[in-house]
Amino acid sequence: MSKEEIMNLEERFNRYVAEENKVEPKDWMPEKYRKTLIRQISQHAHSEVVGMLPEANWITRAPSLRRKVALLAKVQDEAGHGLYLYSAAETLGADRQQLIEDLLSGKAKYSSIFNYPTPTWADMGAIGWLVDGAAIANQVMLCRTSYGPYARAMVRICKEESFHQRQGYEIMMALAAGTPTQKKMAQDALNRWWWPSLMMFGPTDDNSPNSAQSMKWRIKRKSNDELRQEFIDKTVPQAEFIGLTIPDPDLKWNDESGHYDFGEINWDEFYNVIKGNGKCNKQRLDARNKAHDEGKWIREAANAYAEKQAKRREQSSSVA
Amino acid sequence: MTSKDNWKIWEVFVRSKNGISHKHVGSLHAPDAEIALKNARDVYTRRSEGISIWVVPSDSITASRPDDKEPLFTPSDDKVYRHPTFYEIPDEIGHM
Repeated sequence: MSKEEIMNLEERFNRYVAEENKVEPKDWMPEKYRKTLIRQISQHAHSEVVGMLPEANWITRAPSLRRKVALLAKVQDEAGHGLYLYSAAETLGADRQQLIEDLLSGKAKYSSIFNYPTPTWADMGAIGWLVDGAAIANQVMLCRTSYGPYARAMVRICKEESFHQRQGYEIMMALAAGTPTQKKMAQDALNRWWWPSLMMFGPTDDNSPNSAQSMKWRIKRKSNDELRQEFIDKTVPQAEFIGLTIPDPDLKWNDESGHYDFGEINWDEFYNVIKGNGKCNKQRLDARNKAHDEGKWIREAANAYAEKQAKRREQSSSVA
Repeated sequence: MTSKDNWKIWEVFVRSKNGISHKHVGSLHAPDAEIALKNARDVYTRRSEGISIWVVPSDSITASRPDDKEPLFTPSDDKVYRHPTFYEIPDEIGHM
């Protein structure tokens, strides 16, 4: 194709998505659109997979059977979400094996939030309430993303995420209404997770160079700052309701804007964790690699079984 | 990782209840049909989404190309006589 023909196709594509039409796997799309999506969807998938690790830490120590089955179901959902997303990335021509290798080698990125530690049970509450809450804000927007398979995966994920956030808030509610020590534990978890949760939405709009193109292509539907503000406005009353305090002295309701004003986010910390210097970056990757290595025998067993069955079918059909 | 780990892709179809046809819900990797079915159960029906699952190797599906959209589908656009509203029936006849 000549350069001019590609330009024309791109123009047609831009118009097509601007008119709210969906793009499906075999449709023509600009290479950069494809690459952006593969990067975004695979990072999203990796985040689901690594996101299981901070919680897995607490499955055996959940305080009751009720909490334990909920946590197990949540972690299983996250594995499922990773799979939906890897599948969506594959429809764009990405190779699953390569994606997994990139995660295991540390080449691929995942959400930095999972590089924070989970030292107490209250962290399970804070993660469900805040981390899943922030993820939901982003994912609800992505249900209307322009790439069909990604949007459909998001619809499925959003349906399941709502349970995650509710179970987290319920944990926080129970702790906040408990003994002074339990309440302190809940407050401590909120203190540690609040700011990293706000960072999940990414850099401010004026520092987010790829956002404009993603918005133009309708991959993103709302800016980082818009989503962050929505999340804050929704979450502050939830904290107040259970008597916990958001750890931000500058947080206050602004009558004029109809939103909460909030303090400065520590972006140095954000970039530092992305660079690999978070508390658990190494631990998470090690755990992921260990799980992958320890699953080797079952992959091998599945292959051996498939081969044996195929051979048997062959034999029985040749006899007949 | 060996190339054997590169399991083929299966498309998953789920019937939500009797009376409704199977609907495509997504895909997954598996070494054979039996394991594909088990994985499909775990991945796509954790909340009573279905009562029946089909798994089909992706490479068994032949799909029309987006470029063929016009020759395949536009000819029916000008065949209005295929639709009931093309025929004028007096109101007195009622619903037909």
